[in-house]
Amino acid sequence: MKKILLRSFHKVKTAFFDLVPIIAVVMFFQLVVLQQPFPNLANVLIGLVLVVFGLMFFVEGLEIGLFPIGENLSYDLAKKGSVFWLLTFSFLLGFSTTVAEPALIAVAKEAAEVAVQFDLLPASELNSYALGLRISVAVSVGLAILIGVLRIIKGWPIYYLIIGGYVVVMIMTIFAPKEIIGIAYDAGGVTTSTITVPLVTALGVGLATVIQGRSPLTDGFGLIAFASLLPMIFVMGYGMVIFAS
Amino acid sequence: MSDLIENLLSTLLDTVIDVTPIVVLIAFFQIVIFKKSIPNLRKVLLGVFFVIIGLALFLMGLEQALFPVGEIMATQLSAPDFISQKFNGDYVWLNYYWIYIFAFLIGFSTTIAEPSLIAVAIKANEVSGGVIKKNDLRLAVAFGVGLALAVGTYRIVSGTPLYLYILVGYIVVIIQTIFAPKDIIALAYDSGGVTTSTVTVPIVAALGLGLSAVIPGRNPAIDGFGLIAFASLFPMITVLGYAQIIEIMIKFKKNKSA
Repeated sequence: MKKILLRSFHKVKTAFFDLVPIIAVVMFFQLVVLQQPFPNLANVLIGLVLVVFGLMFFVEGLEIGLFPIGENLSYDLAKKGSVFWLLTFSFLLGFSTTVAEPALIAVAKEAAEVAVQFDLLPASELNSYALGLRISVAVSVGLAILIGVLRIIKGWPIYYLIIGGYVVVMIMTIFAPKEIIGIAYDAGGVTTSTITVPLVTALGVGLATVIQGRSPLTDGFGLIAFASLLPMIFVMGYGMVIFAS
Repeated sequence: MSDLIENLLSTLLDTVIDVTPIVVLIAFFQIVIFKKSIPNLRKVLLGVFFVIIGLALFLMGLEQALFPVGEIMATQLSAPDFISQKFNGDYVWLNYYWIYIFAFLIGFSTTIAEPSLIAVAIKANEVSGGVIKKNDLRLAVAFGVGLALAVGTYRIVSGTPLYLYILVGYIVVIIQTIFAPKDIIALAYDSGGVTTSTVTVPIVAALGLGLSAVIPGRNPAIDGFGLIAFASLFPMITVLGYAQIIEIMIKFKKNKSA
């Protein structure tokens, strides 16, 4: 019992130390630079306690839940030896975790409103445009995980693909309508949620461990990089197609 | 108090909705394709439960404690009267130095607390056999995000075009990729995507939109964005740089002892 208490105390301490920088920065700016008292200090303190415990539970859950699931899946998928099912799973994992992502729904709506505002789109098509955008981002994340997994199987070096991708992004940036560029860059950031990242990382590292001749460090990482790159290309492409017609 | 519980329940519901498609997908593959269950199912389910509870508490706490203060701060620091209080009201980029400092520090400190970065750091540490230290990686990424936001806010204030920075940034990444140790490259590319999630994005968005709304001649719809793009670019540079410095130090030590 004492051991468990000690362990929990240690975990709370670790989570607390992760938050010390934020607390220090916010206090410094509030008290020294802006010279103002904290609004609702009690709320802030309650909030911080919640954040500390949340972080502690999350990290604990990662180690006993999400990581084992990801590793176990990659092992089963590799053992089954069916590239078809592996790639299907990869695509669906990317697609399904993205399509319902609240941050993406918000960005898509905002993008549609911007498009209407700049007369690029009739107001009646606002909803269908937002939905189309969401689906194209979700498809792109699915494809990204699929390509990333294919890369791990084949052992392709990551830099050709990623740098090639960014060259495409640069070129498209020149031609895409100006109003969509910021949103496209944002779309790359919002797709990788806090639950997807650990799962996808465990999947990639697990696959690279199981498949012969792959190194978990060199080949296992990189899935997230694809998942942030492809949505930019898709969103700009979607903007170019819709606005051109 | 009842507000708090109501808030917790609704955040919990959002997180559960977020997780549902993954659970359905994994269950389908386990039951229909592999025809077997996950080993240690009860422990794993407990873990998933912890993740959901943890994330809900974390998000709710942030909404309660950090986001309101952070957003107010971002607005106050970019408000014209704060800036002209310190200087004579001219829109010189240097007048905004508190903004750059704030941007750097808030980027750095929120990234340290980013849950998905913690996850990647745990994995990287495990896979590299302890060579890549968890906290070193997190510091390198956090430093990158801090730098990104400082440069990004400078860009909004100065009104220089976004694509130039991005172009130069990617050229730097390409050059570093050629020289950096091959083992770190995939991890470094991943660190770009990991950083911009739960904690950083809301404050960054408030900072960018607030700043571009206040400075004359900026359009929030166009200039407010781009901070996120910077925040995914710079960590690649700092993580690659971190690996390069480590490599040089190891070589230097070897030469010394030889």
